[in-house]
Amino acid sequence: MVKEIERAGFPVVHMCTVVPISLTVGANRIVPTVAIPYPLGNPALGPAEEKSLRRRLLTKALAALQTEVEGQTVFEK
Amino acid sequence: MASNKLRIVHYINQFFGGIGGEDKADIGPFAKEGTVGPGMALAAATAECAEVVGTVVCGDSYFNENLEKATAEVLERVKAFQPDIVVTGPAFNAGRYGMAAGAVAKAVTEHLGVPVVSGMYPENPGVELYRKYAFIVETGNSAAAMRAAVPAMAVVIKKLAAGKQPLPGPDYMPRGLRKNFFASERGAKRAVNLLVKRLRGDHFSTEYPMPVFDRVEPNQAIKDLTRAKVAFVTSGGIVPKGNPDRIEASSASKFGKYSLADLTDFNPDNSQTAHGGYDPVYANQDADRVVPLDAARELEKEGVIGKIHDYWYATVGNGTSVANARKFAAAIAEDLRQYDVDAVVLTST
Repeated sequence: MVKEIERAGFPVVHMCTVVPISLTVGANRIVPTVAIPYPLGNPALGPAEEKSLRRRLLTKALAALQTEVEGQTVFEK
Repeated sequence: MASNKLRIVHYINQFFGGIGGEDKADIGPFAKEGTVGPGMALAAATAECAEVVGTVVCGDSYFNENLEKATAEVLERVKAFQPDIVVTGPAFNAGRYGMAAGAVAKAVTEHLGVPVVSGMYPENPGVELYRKYAFIVETGNSAAAMRAAVPAMAVVIKKLAAGKQPLPGPDYMPRGLRKNFFASERGAKRAVNLLVKRLRGDHFSTEYPMPVFDRVEPNQAIKDLTRAKVAFVTSGGIVPKGNPDRIEASSASKFGKYSLADLTDFNPDNSQTAHGGYDPVYANQDADRVVPLDAARELEKEGVIGKIHDYWYATVGNGTSVANARKFAAAIAEDLRQYDVDAVVLTST
C-alpha cells in the first residue's frame, strides 16, 4: 500500500516495527516504531509519558516527510 | 536411534508450538526434544530417512521485535541438537512467522552450513527476503493447507537425504542462486541459436534471467508542513467502534474511510482494531497506539501541521493479498487527490 500511494504521487512515511518488511514492500521513508501490537505507544508507561513518546515518533515521521531522500531511507530511532 | 537417519531440527512459532495465539506471541525461544505440533506429521512423512530430534519454538512478535537477539537465541538452541537439516514452518501466509522462519534459515545457512527446508505462501514477505537461504516449498495461504504442505516438504527432505538435488519450480520456489555447469554447446553457438529462435518467433528463454525489483521513486519532500494537509492510513485495522464495514480480521477484501472531523482522541468508546494478526488488547484500549491521532491534533493545534485530513483510511494487513492491497491503495490515493492531501503517514502493526 505504501508503494502504491507513493506511486500515485504522495510522499509517504511508513511507521512500522518490522523494518525488513517495510523495505521489502518498497517504502521509501521508514520510521521504526515500538512494538507490533502498539507501534505508537507503550502500555508500560503512564498516559502522559506514552503520549509524549507518540508525539516524538510522529514528529520524527513528519521530519522524514520534509526530508528529500534518494532511495529507501530508514530514519533510525 | 538409527545412525543413518538425518537429524531434523524443527523451528515453529508459539501457535503451532501449542503455547497460544497472539496473546503469547511475545514469548521467547525454548527448545524441546522430539516433535511438537506439526512436527509429528513431518516425522511421519520422513520416517524412512530422517528423525525429528528436536523442536525450537519462539513467539512471532518476540522474534520480529528482537530480530538479532532472537536469531542468535534460536540458532544456539538449533545447534545444540546437531542438525543435519533444519525445517522451519510451514508459515503459510503469516507474515511475522515467515520472517522468523526465513531469518532462522539465513542464520542456519551462514553459521551451521546445513540445508534448510521451509514452506510458505508465495506472497509471504519471508519468501522475497529469505528465498536464497532455504528450499521454500510453495504452500496454501493458511494452516488449512497443512495436509498438502507437509508431504511437499517431505519430498524435498527425502531428495536431500538421498543426495539428490530438489528441482526449483516443481519442488520449491526458485532461490535465485546460480550454479556452474558444463553446457554441451559453446556460448557463441547458443547465443546465435537463441537469436534465430527469436527471429523466427519461436519460444525462447534467456539463460540469464534478471531479478525484477519493483521500486517507486520517492516523491519530493513537503516544503512547508505548516501549510500541508496530512492524511493517516493504516494497515493496523483501526476502525470505528463496532467495525461498521465489517472489515475482515484477515485476508481483508476491503478498506474503510472514516471521518475524523469530530475526533481529537481515540478511546475504547469510539474505536477498536479489526486486525486478527496481533494481540488486539492494546489497540482496543487506545487506538492512538496505532494511529497517533491525539499527538497529531496537538501538533495541528500548535500550527506545526497545517491540517489533518478529515478522514482516515483503514484496512487489515493480515494475510491480505498483494492484489487487494494494491487495489485499496489506488482507491485511497484517488480519494486523497480529491481532497488535495499533500502527504501520508501510513502506520502498520
